[in-house]
Amino acid sequence: MPNKIDLPYTRYLDPAGQPVQPLPAWASDFALLTRLYRQMQLTRLFDLKTVALQRTGRIGTYAPCLGQEAIGVALGSLMQAEDVLVPYYRDTGLQLLRGVRMEEILLYWGGDERGSAYADPAVAEDFPLCVPIATQALHACGVASAFKIRGQHRVAVTTCGDGATSKGDFLEALNVAGAWQLPVVFVVNNNQWAISVPRRIQCGAPTLAQKAIGAGFAGEQVDGNDVVAVYERFAQALERARQGKGPVLLECLSYRLGDHTTADDATRYRPAEEVKQAWQEEPIKRLQAYLVAQGQWDESREQALIADCQAQLQAAVLAYEAIGQQPAESAMDYVYAQWPAALADQRELLQARAARQLNGGRHD
Amino acid sequence: MTEQKKITLLEAVNLALHRAMLEDANVVMLGEDIGVNGGVFRATQGLRERFGFKRVLDTPLAEAMIAGVSVGMAAQGLKPVMEIQFLGFIYAAMEHLVSHASRLRNRTRGRLSCPLVVRSPMGAGIRAPEHHSESTEALFAHIPGLRVLVPSSPARAYGLLLAAIDDPDPVIFLEPTRLYRMNPQVVVDDGRRLPLDSCFTLREGQDITLISWGGSVHETLQAAAQLEQRGVSVEVIDVACIKPLDLDTLEASVRKTGRAVIIHEAPRSCGVGAEIAASLYERALLDLQAPIVRVTAPDIPPPLYRLEQLYIPAVEDILAACDSTLNYA
Repeated sequence: MPNKIDLPYTRYLDPAGQPVQPLPAWASDFALLTRLYRQMQLTRLFDLKTVALQRTGRIGTYAPCLGQEAIGVALGSLMQAEDVLVPYYRDTGLQLLRGVRMEEILLYWGGDERGSAYADPAVAEDFPLCVPIATQALHACGVASAFKIRGQHRVAVTTCGDGATSKGDFLEALNVAGAWQLPVVFVVNNNQWAISVPRRIQCGAPTLAQKAIGAGFAGEQVDGNDVVAVYERFAQALERARQGKGPVLLECLSYRLGDHTTADDATRYRPAEEVKQAWQEEPIKRLQAYLVAQGQWDESREQALIADCQAQLQAAVLAYEAIGQQPAESAMDYVYAQWPAALADQRELLQARAARQLNGGRHD
Repeated sequence: MTEQKKITLLEAVNLALHRAMLEDANVVMLGEDIGVNGGVFRATQGLRERFGFKRVLDTPLAEAMIAGVSVGMAAQGLKPVMEIQFLGFIYAAMEHLVSHASRLRNRTRGRLSCPLVVRSPMGAGIRAPEHHSESTEALFAHIPGLRVLVPSSPARAYGLLLAAIDDPDPVIFLEPTRLYRMNPQVVVDDGRRLPLDSCFTLREGQDITLISWGGSVHETLQAAAQLEQRGVSVEVIDVACIKPLDLDTLEASVRKTGRAVIIHEAPRSCGVGAEIAASLYERALLDLQAPIVRVTAPDIPPPLYRLEQLYIPAVEDILAACDSTLNYA
């Protein structure tokens, strides 16, 4: 028999929005809960809009975060500006709260590197979205090492999906974080699917959180569709790391309601019944039911919120579409701090190629 | 350190690392066994004692981790100098070097950058175990955004390593183990940097250009001395900076001599010698008196040590190639 490890699992609100245990003290602040709700709705509407922009050819491939809004919004609400986010590619909600602009997110998925240049100084040190799976976990450990070397009370937060926990990079990151007691929080968005591979055949361990045990620090599970639970446990993890008490691994159990990306078709491998069930447990409906039951939300406020979000989205799309093309030289300007003189002839070749393409006469 | 004392390439690396850590508090070192043990070759000896465990980190045994952590540190403005114990163990770290270190500046339009240095011993010839003798500089030279350096003397190791650590971009700094304790020379610890985009002309001549780098520079200089005794005027160039290549210097030399032999320890196919030869044909075809010849390892893995001398281009191989080039119609 395998060793049994009982890890903490935290849930406050059930799928119907009913408390299953007394909520933490901070959750009596309805202004805060309402802010979380608004941000989750904004994230979802922006996400849906972004998928629609891809379907109409106005951006390229996009990785939607439908159904996982509670995770990003809880994390983004708690991180301090001086903390550093080392995200992966399904972090739209989190990035928006960090200070990445909607038009920058559209620009990145719209095929332009300036979408990762982040104009807001609050995100100047955040990493761009990481595409090669799990590698970001190690970068976060490097960022956390820098904090530790300098004696700064800052935290590196890194996110990944359930598939990423199978990679050596993830395990090497947990190992070094434990060995060096780094101020880093690992958040696994366990949305049950790594493209077409379900969680049950991704890993033989009953939980992903228990991988932290082997690295010598705490791992725990949380209901990733319950924003109260994610907020509460992430707040504890963040504080712990900030105080120099070492890393934490938080496995947030959620569900990828959308496709892996807009280039994927999840109906090829996923039973409709399972998706239908997951829609019953999604995070926005749950918090809404709780707020309504508490007399803190109603239909008119909902309508006003949606109108307000739509106005923001419209402005963002206009801003995105007003951004012109990068000049050809930009493809070379940032490869090195200064393009090496020894490669100067390649600069001329690039400019000549750009000139031909602009003239409509493609020679290649 | 007295100014007249001769030191080895290994000691020159150590001297440069001490100097870099002294000059810039952002320089940190990390790798396997580099701290208390001073590195398996002793390249980092004394650093931990002098600069402390916060700046000289003995890491867990995980190469991808060393590279990934270095990327994170560098993005934070530190200057990590990471050691991979032998070049044959670097492949686990490749994803971080190729997909992240080399691209972070470009991906963020300059918002973040990655000024790290990878130090790793390279090459055969020290009767080391399996996977300790590789020369894979071409793998790195192929990657946009990286710089690749291979010193072949104590003075060039010192000046190039300091320049590599200063450089705002990721640099792969490969140290030929065969030369670690060979040919000591006086190195003045004056902090002078060498340029990162220049070849070094080690001797000037009129009849033929020998182009080499790394461990093979040793045999190339021996071959040149023998040719000189036979009355052949030989120019020897240590490429040293593998990426980007100083093709102007190479072109000027070959235009002058009309004949070139390229000598490198790495396997022939798609080696850096192929890049140099192709570039010289593009630039100086009509000045060539003979085809360019390459003297390299064959396309085989480095043999275990009983046969490793078969792998390394010998003086006789270089002389034979020079003869065929000089005697070409």
